[in-house]
Amino acid sequence: MTDQPLLRVRGLTKHFPVRQGLRSTGLVQAVDGLDFDVQPGETLGLVGESGCGKTTTGRMLVRLLEPTAGSIEFAGRDITHAGRRELRPLRQDLQIIFQDPYASLNPRHTVGRIVAMPLQVNGIKPPGGIKARVQELLELVGLNPEHYNRYPHEFSGGQRQRIGIARALALRPKLIVADEPVSALDVSIQAQVVNLLRDLQRDLGLAFVFIAHDLAVVRHFCQRVAVMYLGRIVEIGDRADIYERPQHPYTRALLSAIPDVTRLGPGGRIRLSGDVPTPLDPPSGCRFRTRCWKAQDICATQEPALVPRDGGNQATACHFPEAVGASLLAEGAPAGDAAGAIVEEVSP
Amino acid sequence: MDSSDPAPSGEPDDRPTVPVQRSDQDAYLRVTDLRVRFDTEDGVVRAVDGVSFAVERGRTLGIVGESGSGKSVTSLAILGLHDAKRTTITGEISVGGRQLVGLADEEVRRLRGRDMAMIFQDPLSALHPYYTVGRQIAEAYRVHHPEASRREARQRTVDMLDRVGIPQPARRFDQYPHEFSGGMRQRAMIAMALVNDPALLIADEPTTALDVTVQAQILDLLADLQAEFHSAIILITHDLGVVGQVADEVLVMYGGRAVERGSVEQVLRTPQHPYTWGLLSSVPSLHGDADADLLPIRGNPPSLINLPPGCAFHPRCRYADRPGDRSRTEVPELRPAGPTGEAGSAGHLVACHLTAEERATLYAEDIASVGVAR
Repeated sequence: MTDQPLLRVRGLTKHFPVRQGLRSTGLVQAVDGLDFDVQPGETLGLVGESGCGKTTTGRMLVRLLEPTAGSIEFAGRDITHAGRRELRPLRQDLQIIFQDPYASLNPRHTVGRIVAMPLQVNGIKPPGGIKARVQELLELVGLNPEHYNRYPHEFSGGQRQRIGIARALALRPKLIVADEPVSALDVSIQAQVVNLLRDLQRDLGLAFVFIAHDLAVVRHFCQRVAVMYLGRIVEIGDRADIYERPQHPYTRALLSAIPDVTRLGPGGRIRLSGDVPTPLDPPSGCRFRTRCWKAQDICATQEPALVPRDGGNQATACHFPEAVGASLLAEGAPAGDAAGAIVEEVSP
Repeated sequence: MDSSDPAPSGEPDDRPTVPVQRSDQDAYLRVTDLRVRFDTEDGVVRAVDGVSFAVERGRTLGIVGESGSGKSVTSLAILGLHDAKRTTITGEISVGGRQLVGLADEEVRRLRGRDMAMIFQDPLSALHPYYTVGRQIAEAYRVHHPEASRREARQRTVDMLDRVGIPQPARRFDQYPHEFSGGMRQRAMIAMALVNDPALLIADEPTTALDVTVQAQILDLLADLQAEFHSAIILITHDLGVVGQVADEVLVMYGGRAVERGSVEQVLRTPQHPYTWGLLSSVPSLHGDADADLLPIRGNPPSLINLPPGCAFHPRCRYADRPGDRSRTEVPELRPAGPTGEAGSAGHLVACHLTAEERATLYAEDIASVGVAR
């Protein structure tokens, strides 16, 4: 562990009030008490199903949403409630890439203007001029610098996502929050953008918070992974720990639910029954207990803490975690063996 | 019939082109040389350009392709859901022995919902927000069962809701679509599609909008229902993992044409077309080397208005510039993939100018070394 993480998040919480007319009738507990750090140059994946709070978390990190409670420290400075003026210098270091490459680019601005905007807003005059810097950025993300004067509609989805990436890189940030940056793209294009992000991360030493529902994409991009469920982190650890030795039942279920092209046929799967409960009224104790096949009485009464096991880097919030060292999917294991290890039928 | 198409009959004996399989003859759904064209202001869109396939009852065909590959248009044409004013359809679509191309709208409507039904990607836009879920399903039943009373239709609907795993079906009958979660809505859609016990079910990206754990439930449900109702299923998807899990046969489409076809083992284990290789090697996997770069397909999917000449995939193909290559000028026919008579390759078809030997070598050298496809 280094002395100071680039991003330090403690107890981060976001509750959205639900109103009917003028009365407040409830709270959507979108994010509830997250703790995590991101080191300089590190890639952290935030994964989970819809409604788990991953997008809300990302928006709070770049302060597009105001946290209800908790703290966000960026490079040692508390930015939890920083105002616009205080945030301005930090915006250079902290950028976001959005999911939808169609909605996130102004259709009436040229690509050159879109990518130059962060420079202009922040009053930055790069040596050699703005145009030269923009063209350099376009080249960096694999676009033709000659296309400086074109409009977003002249580009395909994958190219538009590259424009969004160029814009995020314009200020040479230290941390990029990428919210589902490839999920709107065709598979062949998705791979191009994932490779680009990996190259940029390596070459520029960027730290990433990479938000995605696709665990396979996250595995190819992130060094550490946090699995979220209903507003909480249920498990966090190094990539190898999460994918090969998951200790939380939800992580195991999530991994085994992914249809993998290397496995044919239905195979052995952990079958979770039901849907994710509503964040308006999450289950007491462990929020996963209503779908968990291991749930006991204690799970309903006592909330499991996110605690490291055996002093390692992997922390799991579960009363009955899998034994350390129990391998779920050994790398390169034959399909039959690995599938056999996870067959657990869950009665609804 | 167009002389350049890979037609099932009339081929000289010395040519190994037999795109329509023997079993195709008695399949429930038989599509032969289907061509779908749209007239638009920008020009003629050849959305589907000479595609043939067949599905038997109790079997699942996965149609794979990226956006604009023609996979969804194929299904809309089968169901007669295209805009008849702007669309030209040629070829044959035979459902249960009945020829659909050229049939009057009224006749197709009678078959649709009864003999063939569709599950859409987005159940929220496919269900009417103004009517209760139960009422919509019951209506789908009564359209094809005019003799059924309201009470019978309600009972049938409640039974179907129960069958697709919706808890408290009698109470759910009177709820509106917005009161259902995403997974429950998709279950309700499946109940509506199956309420008349159709022999052919077309599912267009049925799980794309769902979370993985819910997707697993829905795929299991479809498999269970297929075993029970013995329906022929066409599953349209971009997700090769989903195809590997549920399909028996696979058709890979690119630019409106079939580029590869075969059993799921053949297409996913011994893929033959460079496009299929590209799809497989660009999908990140949960296994294999996580630090290895993905091997994407260069460029972008083509525009159907202005399809590249020859093999539509040639601008993106890594092997199109080899000496003597014909892919810029000549559309490759769909023909048997393996050397004639090789065991295990029966019924495996590919549309590529590379020879079987060349493909075997290139695949071994370039793709298998990445360690993704296997």
